Amino acid sequence: MVKFMGLETENKEIENNLREIARELLKEKKVDVIIGYKKGTLPLLSQPIIIDSEEDIDKLIWNNLCYVNLAKYLVPRVPRFVDPEKGNLTVGVVSKGCVGRALIHLASENKINLDEIKIIGIPCNGVVNRQRIEMEIGEKEILEVSVLGNNIIVKGKNFEKEFPFDEYMNDLCKVCKIRKPPLVSKVPDLCVGECEEYSNIVDEFTDIEEFDSKTPKEKWQHISEALSVCTRCYACREACPMCYCNLCFVDQNKPVWFGKTTDLPDIIVYHLIRAMHMAGRCVACGACSLVCPMGIDLNIINRKLEKIVKERFDFTSGLDPDALPPMVNFKMEDAQEFMLEED
Amino acid sequence: MTEPIVETKQSENKEWEPKIIAFLCNWCSYAGADLAGVSRIQYPSNIRIVRVPCSGRINAYFIIKSLTDGWDGVIVSGCHPGDCHYISGNLVARRRFAILKELLEFFGIEAGRINFMWASAAEGERFAVLVRKATEIVKKLGPNTKFDKKW
Repeated sequence: MVKFMGLETENKEIENNLREIARELLKEKKVDVIIGYKKGTLPLLSQPIIIDSEEDIDKLIWNNLCYVNLAKYLVPRVPRFVDPEKGNLTVGVVSKGCVGRALIHLASENKINLDEIKIIGIPCNGVVNRQRIEMEIGEKEILEVSVLGNNIIVKGKNFEKEFPFDEYMNDLCKVCKIRKPPLVSKVPDLCVGECEEYSNIVDEFTDIEEFDSKTPKEKWQHISEALSVCTRCYACREACPMCYCNLCFVDQNKPVWFGKTTDLPDIIVYHLIRAMHMAGRCVACGACSLVCPMGIDLNIINRKLEKIVKERFDFTSGLDPDALPPMVNFKMEDAQEFMLEED
Repeated sequence: MTEPIVETKQSENKEWEPKIIAFLCNWCSYAGADLAGVSRIQYPSNIRIVRVPCSGRINAYFIIKSLTDGWDGVIVSGCHPGDCHYISGNLVARRRFAILKELLEFFGIEAGRINFMWASAAEGERFAVLVRKATEIVKKLGPNTKFDKKW
């Protein structure tokens, strides 16, 4: 059973450690800025914060609502941390397992330089699936969130509801095997908080077996129903640390590859191609599903991708900065059972 | 007075024929198709050939766009592994095709619409056989309607 780190009490220890480490790093000028989480403007939210002075450090928080993947702030689509005089700044990143993985995978794609980054590792036990709670509560406004044991208690005007954390956790967190950032042995002082060595991840993928056993018709029905509510706001793309293209394929208009409407075929094609691009790169942070305003569950696609890549190419993303990503790599003996052959 | 334009209706018993777009690599499969042609080996006339420099040139965009544009099937053919004119183009492509095929199956879209094959320049007969086979598969699946747009 996963222990729920309370929003108010039990996670204070990690939070205090985090602040101490951050303060020290800033004081000793080991990093110039620190990216972390701060309290959100709404009860069930958290916000990213960029800290460059010691006064702000007490704003740093850590709880089960910190769902944003902070690695997003380091990739080229958003302005880099550059000082006109000093050059590139050293950035400390508050990292749960998936943020660490994202950073390491981005390094393997040569998008970031690990020498300019310090991973402040923290152990994570999953993030709350906000949409599911909001959906159950419906139109009513949430005013307060508190914690009692393993339950999340959501209060509002004239109502109070309890949600068991084990159930209302993000689906990807339920099967997460990498809860602390992977330790990179080649860059010894990269990790300052809690990190862990991972060499080979064994995963059973029991969670998507049920979906896999469906007939094509059922699969199509499930997927098309789930995706049909998509409004093409691209929040999933904006939250994804791996979506850093300067011009996304859906924004291209010379040539226009795919339609930009919210007609079902266009939506399906968008998600299909995005999934293609995520193959062997997705770090299973679940940020795409958690930011979706329509509450679409994209986790199932990401999980399937993870399975395909693990089974076919024996690769887990974000463990080794020197590994070649599977989709730019090849082996002579790759399986090719899907190729058409003469009888 | 001019004659009113009468729509020519296809006879009822005429079988539906799929339209298939075939991406053939310049160095092997295109030459293989050519060999099939000059050797007068019969293969279905359902395919329309697009010549590409290498099977590694095939982006998933090409394949998906073909389906959204209304083609009933897609064939991608390249050199056998190890024979690629550009050393490893087909090997990188093979990984892409594997992922695309599995994803289509996962989405519940008929994966049989997309057929990948290897055919060298000397294998006119094999090319014809495989195209026949692919056409059979697509024919069984029927017209491509999953990507029909409402507007």
